[in-house]
Amino acid sequence: MWSLLQIELYKISKRPRTYIAFIAIAGIVLIIQAAFKADPGYLNILLQNVGDTFEVDKGKVINGYFMCYMILNTLLIQVPILVALVAGDAISGEANMGTLRLLLTKPISRAKIIGVKFFASIIYTVALLVFMAILALFLSMAIFGTNDLLVFRAKDTESQILQIMQDDVMWRYLAAFAYAAVALTVIAALALFLSVFAENSIGPIVATVCIVIVCTIISNLNIPIIDKNVRPWLFTSYLVGWKGFFYIAIDADNVPIKGSMENWPAIRNSLLILLAHIGVLFGGAVWFFKRKDILT
Amino acid sequence: MNVMLQVNDLSKNFNDFQAVKNLSFTVNQGDVYGFLGQNGAGKSTTLRMLLKLIKPTSGEIIFSGTNIIGDDNAMLKQTGAIIERPDVYKYLSAYDNLYIFAKMSGIKTTRKLIMDQLEMVGLADRFDSKAKTYSQGMKQRLGIAIALVHSPKLIILDEPTNGLDPQGIADMRNLILRLSREMGKTVIVSSHLLSEIELVANRMIIIHKGEKIVEGDVATLLDPADTVVEINTTDNETAFLQLQQTQWKERTTKTTKNIRVRTNKNDVPQIINMLSGVGINLLAVQPRHSLEDYFLSLTNNDTHVEPFTN
Amino acid sequence: MKKISIIIFLFCSIKATAQQDINALLAKAKATIESVNDYKATGRMKTNVAFLKVPIANVSVFFKKPNKLKVKSEKGISFIPKGAVSINLTNLTGINKFTVIDAGTDKIAGKIVRVAKLLPTDDNSDVVLSTVYIDEATSLIKKAKTTTKDNGTYELEMTYGKYASFGLPDKIIFSFNAKDYKLPKGITFDFDDGTAPPATDKLKGRKGRAEITFSNYVINKGVEDVLFK
Repeated sequence: MWSLLQIELYKISKRPRTYIAFIAIAGIVLIIQAAFKADPGYLNILLQNVGDTFEVDKGKVINGYFMCYMILNTLLIQVPILVALVAGDAISGEANMGTLRLLLTKPISRAKIIGVKFFASIIYTVALLVFMAILALFLSMAIFGTNDLLVFRAKDTESQILQIMQDDVMWRYLAAFAYAAVALTVIAALALFLSVFAENSIGPIVATVCIVIVCTIISNLNIPIIDKNVRPWLFTSYLVGWKGFFYIAIDADNVPIKGSMENWPAIRNSLLILLAHIGVLFGGAVWFFKRKDILT
Repeated sequence: MNVMLQVNDLSKNFNDFQAVKNLSFTVNQGDVYGFLGQNGAGKSTTLRMLLKLIKPTSGEIIFSGTNIIGDDNAMLKQTGAIIERPDVYKYLSAYDNLYIFAKMSGIKTTRKLIMDQLEMVGLADRFDSKAKTYSQGMKQRLGIAIALVHSPKLIILDEPTNGLDPQGIADMRNLILRLSREMGKTVIVSSHLLSEIELVANRMIIIHKGEKIVEGDVATLLDPADTVVEINTTDNETAFLQLQQTQWKERTTKTTKNIRVRTNKNDVPQIINMLSGVGINLLAVQPRHSLEDYFLSLTNNDTHVEPFTN
Repeated sequence: MKKISIIIFLFCSIKATAQQDINALLAKAKATIESVNDYKATGRMKTNVAFLKVPIANVSVFFKKPNKLKVKSEKGISFIPKGAVSINLTNLTGINKFTVIDAGTDKIAGKIVRVAKLLPTDDNSDVVLSTVYIDEATSLIKKAKTTTKDNGTYELEMTYGKYASFGLPDKIIFSFNAKDYKLPKGITFDFDDGTAPPATDKLKGRKGRAEITFSNYVINKGVEDVLFK
């Protein structure tokens, strides 16, 4: 199993498309960092009229933790596309190249082959996130320093500014990245599932991206009947759940409680829903792949 | 003779289309087994079922005494294959490709083993170049190396000469003979050309529309006593009349294009001498085994475009 | 907005006599204020605004005559209400640009206090009206309420302790109008966990409050100008 995984990772590492995602992430992160370094004006949009009432040291607000939050907020919506690039190619790419039939004439069960491919996609996803963490979190910390984290949160009737003490931030990022890994694994499972049926990789990649986009739009429509009946069933509603780790709970005096989360059960349920999606999609991929006639 | 592979009543349906119908055949150890059929006859589907690429609808595939339908990989462990094109990972080198498939075959891989194998197929000097830079022939040789790297007992080659130039075709023929005679491998080779099968196989099967037409020893099936000679002359009418005067009278027919004589292959010089002796100018004399003739007739019956005649 | 200084040093400690003249009472307060040339203080600031979920901040307050004042958070980010810094009661009380009206008495925490209304004589002043509640017994200002043209109404409530002789409070509660905070749609993709907004919504629509509890004053020992930058 381990040597199969090594082989799979080696193949992924040798494909140029693998690096598109890393280059894209580095590009976006560096541009955002450079922009904030040059002009912190975006903060005024977030602060709105708060600046009229309060004196806030903007230099302190724009720190490494804040930058990472900003970057994740922007980037994690795009990363599914990058994950789909590799996971959507896993089976269909081999079918397209003609190597799938060679691969499957080796004495290895199909379940094992697709399992290894899925595992390799997860490793790729985690590698993307680690890369993102290095650039968006650690590089930002090096460039912008550290301080308390302000989280600007739009809620239905009012918006909020949550302040998380600097020594209460890091674990939240670790948890958020772990959550993001689970969320993106759903995308990987979806792309892999679609990949089983296709004979070139464009189809499943585009289909995955379309599904994510359509579901995201539906998730964000804010139409009550959809919010109530459809939204809970869409995995995209849970992709941004990592933010839940930054929604700090507050006490009766409106003061944030260190080390707390406003709604851990909601995050836990989201995680369970995402894991269920992974189970169903991957299970489906294995089921169909085992029965697939290889005609290419 | 040890039976290596016994296929019983194998069928495959793709929705309503029955690609293979109750096919049964036997491959003995050491055979070069020819799989003959026109395109779409069900050759590839059958070979892919042997390789577990396609799931049979019904039937048995018994390899070394065990039915391998299900999840038994025993046969794959001892089989090497090239299915149609020798596709490999184009973005990897020959070495990497071979290494990967050797590993996946479950054998212990060493650099020496890989390089020896590349040496054998003449790719050692290009072992580090990416496969996308290889010619079709080189890819074919890499495909062979991949098929053989784990020393399989059975080698399945599906249309191995497709897309090769004449030299490549000759090389492939020699390789098959070497695999069989020098290395003692059992080989199943498919083709749509009887001439190719005839040159390498000791046993063969002909399938048509998914069904077995005939199976047996090549020597028996292609017995020279059962030959059809096609004769074309400047004056077919006279030639036909001349043949009516001879011992071949009963076995001579005339078509719009030529004259056909059913006879022993050894009689061909005698026929030529006789026709030349009466002053008939011969344009072509083509002896063909009656099996090939039959095979061609199957093909012709399915031709959808009328042959061009002038 | 004119930035001058905080009201904190508005407070006086004049031995009061019953029903003294309101102007005299203010003059006593002023005298006490003027006894403080500068101070440094440390304290804890709790900001209470519906949309702002911020921790209690440790702050340092620096003052220097006539009107320099700075509130700094010791570490971390702090939201310091601008009014607390810029409302200028010194001017209201210190200079004769205001008409003082004796508005009788009122009660704060069960104690009767004198009420003075100060009306600026300068029409261009941002301040429309300032009401000062003075404890006659101690001559300390317990509460001040200022209505401005641009920034609504501010209110200060002071509680005194061991620095009462300098007119410096142990605790200030600063109430102000906090504008609504609403992020433009689409700026954040938020995680909606499907729960009702938390109970703190009771604060919504109420005024913002900032409480500073002072733990330590260092008075008249000099404060460097650089601290006010």
